[in-house]
Amino acid sequence: MAVTDTGQTGAGAKKPSPLFKNLTAKIAAIPMIMTALVVFIGCTLWTIYHSFTKSRLLPAPEKWVGLENYERLWSENRWIVSIENLAIYGACSLILSLTIGFILAALLDRKIRFENTIRTIILYPFALSFVVTGLVWQWILNPQLGLQNVVRSWGWETFTFDPINNADIVIYGILIAGIWQGSGFVMVLLLAGMRGIDEDVWKASRVEGIPAWKTYIFIVIPMMRPVFVTALVIISAGIIKVYDLVVAQTSGGPGIASEVPAKYVIEKMFTSQNLGLGFAASTMMLLSVLVVLIPWAYLEFGGKKNG
Amino acid sequence: MTYSVEIKQLDLAFGAVKVLQGLDLNINEGEFLVLLGSSGCGKSTLLNCIAGLLEITDGQIYIKGENVTWAEPSERGIGMVFQSYALYPQMTVKGNLSFGLKNAKVPKDEIEKRVARAAEILQIGPLLDRKPGALSGGQRQRVAIGRALVRDVDVFLFDEPLSNLDAKLRVDLRVELKRLHNQLENTMIYVTHDQIEAMTLADRIAIMKGGQIMQLASPDEIYNRPRNLYVADFIGSPSMNFIEGHLEGGSFKVDDMVLPMDGYDFAAPQTADRPATIGIRPEHVVTGELVPNAPLQFTVDVDLVEPMGSDTLVYAKLGQHPFRIRMDGQAKVTVGETIAIGVDPSRASLFDKATEDRL
Repeated sequence: MAVTDTGQTGAGAKKPSPLFKNLTAKIAAIPMIMTALVVFIGCTLWTIYHSFTKSRLLPAPEKWVGLENYERLWSENRWIVSIENLAIYGACSLILSLTIGFILAALLDRKIRFENTIRTIILYPFALSFVVTGLVWQWILNPQLGLQNVVRSWGWETFTFDPINNADIVIYGILIAGIWQGSGFVMVLLLAGMRGIDEDVWKASRVEGIPAWKTYIFIVIPMMRPVFVTALVIISAGIIKVYDLVVAQTSGGPGIASEVPAKYVIEKMFTSQNLGLGFAASTMMLLSVLVVLIPWAYLEFGGKKNG
Repeated sequence: MTYSVEIKQLDLAFGAVKVLQGLDLNINEGEFLVLLGSSGCGKSTLLNCIAGLLEITDGQIYIKGENVTWAEPSERGIGMVFQSYALYPQMTVKGNLSFGLKNAKVPKDEIEKRVARAAEILQIGPLLDRKPGALSGGQRQRVAIGRALVRDVDVFLFDEPLSNLDAKLRVDLRVELKRLHNQLENTMIYVTHDQIEAMTLADRIAIMKGGQIMQLASPDEIYNRPRNLYVADFIGSPSMNFIEGHLEGGSFKVDDMVLPMDGYDFAAPQTADRPATIGIRPEHVVTGELVPNAPLQFTVDVDLVEPMGSDTLVYAKLGQHPFRIRMDGQAKVTVGETIAIGVDPSRASLFDKATEDRL
């Protein structure tokens, strides 16, 4: 029991300071609070600061150069391609994995047989690391080894499907692998959300003669909003940081056609030893996340009245 | 004559488990029928079969003379109200009431008219623009009833609609439901495990056990002339006193006591003597100055007293048999006291010990 020294006698003479309320819980939370402050916020600020310097190596107190790194970043074709790729990959991945995940979940939710087995099979890719996924899909999409070769051997001699060799569509080859890995997880999340919906709601909509697809769109999906938000956050985080999949599947090639921002940052920081430029790029990534996050957070938590 | 709902030889099995077996039930036009039973007796299952939410294994269901055994729930002319309200949380009350109608392509002015009528009957007019989350339990259930009401159907199905409400609201809404039935005169089928709801609302009660109907009769009949031991025990709170003995020459004998059953309305003339069980409701036992007028008089030893305000429940011993007596709330009884009681055999029930059926 913590009692502040106020000169008064008797432990119960004064209301204890609110600072000491739930003291054990507060002490227990200190490591995480410190981690959040030092590692997340501290390092973010440190990164942003050094993105305005000429730093090349760690530790890096260096000359302040203002926006020079940013100017250089946006003049680089490789960075522009990375951003474009991320935009395509992000938009498609978000829409497709949510759609596919939801459809799979809805199919599994119809009380089918062997549900557990099917669910496990669909979830399996999620257990693999991105490196394995990338390699597997590199093989599958390899024109000499994979899908194209198989179909040609069946007789369709002109069949062409070589996304990872074609600079125009290589990002879609990565997209396929990303969705293959991610939609199972989305499915499991959404299925759990669907199971949380009262069965009576389904019965009520059946009695009213509302077809199943309408019930999903107008009743079930709105009710699953919190699960969708969770899925959205997890998918988005995965999109922004996509790196290992690209490295394993295409190494950013052909040429720079499948570069992504995270790969750019890593390479500037550790391969080219241009810390300042890498930091500028990662600051841009942070900025793009905030551009999405802040309006959403404002909508979600700001006008809390319309529940 | 056509019944409102007619169920013929209904079977329902989940794999090897037979939930309902050869069930027949005819429900009259405008009747309020309550399906009553403890959990797992098949009452909700039967309701879901009538609604078409469960596919039956065998038998037929007719609604308004039409065979609907394989019809979709929405084509059966039914409205249903659920225990958990099952409202659509993202829609306003008005949206909840009109969503099904819009989907059925009912003209807009017709929808407006029906919603307005339902809102008036259920007094939910001021709530129409709110969402279910902003309503109390009683208001939500009223909206759920409204959703059945706007469908303009012949048969209403209620699946334990009041079970999620607190005690006081439950009583209020029960009265409202009764008023609603008097006003609409629709057929209503109501599932509950609460015998007070059943007794107060029903025109007829079907008491179910193990997928079968034990007794189908008016509340009065069920209370006063239970057809078997199960029904007798199930209905009434505190429940009936049962004493096992022998029926010999029109008298019930237990230990050294003989109870001449004069005035008891036997279901069939009694020819043979047999082991039997007598059932006496605690509230049918008289005490105090009423005892000398009673046909049968005993003395009992008081074990325990439970004053409940309006009544006092006395746990006593009649010989070695435990015996509950419901007395007036003002009665002064103390533990260990010996009191005189009177019993009227015409209000008792006799059951065959072997078959458990009423004699």
